[in-house]
Amino acid sequence: MEFRQKYALGAIVLYAVSTVFICYLSFHTIDSKTTWNALFWVIELFAATNAVSKSFGGESKEVQLYTYTLASPGAVILSKIIYNILLTIALTLVTILVYSTLIGNPVVEMPLFLGTAVLGASGFAAVLTMVSAIASRTNGNLALMAILSIPLLMPILIIVIKLSSMAVSGMLLEDPTNYLIALGSLNIVTAALGYLLFPYLWHD
Amino acid sequence: MKAHWWKALGIILVLYSIVMGFLGKVPALWVLHETIRNLYFHVTMWFAMMTMLSISLGYSIAYLRGFKREYDVIATEAANVAMMFGAVGIVTGMAWANFTWGEPWPNDPKLNGVAVGMIAYIAYFILRASIDEQSKRGRIAAVYNIFAYVMFMVFVNALPRMADDSMHPGQAGNPGFGGYDLDSGMRAVFYPAVIGWILMGVWLVNVRKRMREVEFKFLQNELD
Repeated sequence: MEFRQKYALGAIVLYAVSTVFICYLSFHTIDSKTTWNALFWVIELFAATNAVSKSFGGESKEVQLYTYTLASPGAVILSKIIYNILLTIALTLVTILVYSTLIGNPVVEMPLFLGTAVLGASGFAAVLTMVSAIASRTNGNLALMAILSIPLLMPILIIVIKLSSMAVSGMLLEDPTNYLIALGSLNIVTAALGYLLFPYLWHD
Repeated sequence: MKAHWWKALGIILVLYSIVMGFLGKVPALWVLHETIRNLYFHVTMWFAMMTMLSISLGYSIAYLRGFKREYDVIATEAANVAMMFGAVGIVTGMAWANFTWGEPWPNDPKLNGVAVGMIAYIAYFILRASIDEQSKRGRIAAVYNIFAYVMFMVFVNALPRMADDSMHPGQAGNPGFGGYDLDSGMRAVFYPAVIGWILMGVWLVNVRKRMREVEFKFLQNELD
């Protein structure tokens, strides 16, 4: 379904790369590790929002109707969530690659950083898929997408920034596994809520 | 009149807590001093807010099961009243923080969490306002409400406990209130105050719901 919009994939990757490039042009190098981390997650957040908002918002009414006659709501939302998780993870990896080649990579604990990025990206994707479904049911949906999603993304974002700042500085003052578990369970809860609640959004 | 005893109880308990809150004996505490009296007002606001949000959640779920219009109205109004309690809680908390922590908005995870949580609920009202059709609005808003509730609880109750830099009691290794500053005299005011404010909140929701019903009937009459 989603692969029919190949140009959209290209557009998302281009969006992420060009945002990173703008940051590169304006910063060149970043001395402060905190700033590096913060900037990375801001880029990440907006790239993910952009990528996932297409999943429901980009579909026409007719296409949606067609999908709904073919599959059950649970199957639709699960496949969308899985697709979006894969998409956001791929996007994150591309962003990390471009970001660290252009601006530099001060990360000390790379495995922890990558783990955080993957988990965080899937959390973003799960929340955003659901919000995108909600926003697509309203009239003016693009502006609503941002308003609705940012407060809901905040808990994930806070855990993620905490973890990645540990990874970047290499100072493991606390055990990161607790946070990783919290992040993972938050993802599972969001996906499960999405699965349970989507049927109510679906029929008109 | 018999059905209204709880409203009277609510008024009595709140009045009692206000009078006793200002006149009652409090233990002399380090740093807090007399500001501990704010416990009766600030902390009770959050208890009342959590209760209202839980009521809102309950009615949202009930709405999704039965699609009764009244449930949707109650869910909205409970969230409204919760926002009121939240706003008062923030103001009383800022006044308290100003005296004890030295600034009205210290960088505390609990404060930031509540701020974002309230933004999530404001987004809930914006979402409601943006959909015209009543049944669709109720359904979509109920779904969002459930999400917002989960995130709010993660934010206000789970994250600050994990954080290492909160100044609120019961977090980041700080002892909870029970531990050191609630003596039995204060308990005798604090718990009635919590119950009193919750009853007042329920009453407010009730009044607002009935107001909405009247508005609805009025509109229907006009249409006929």
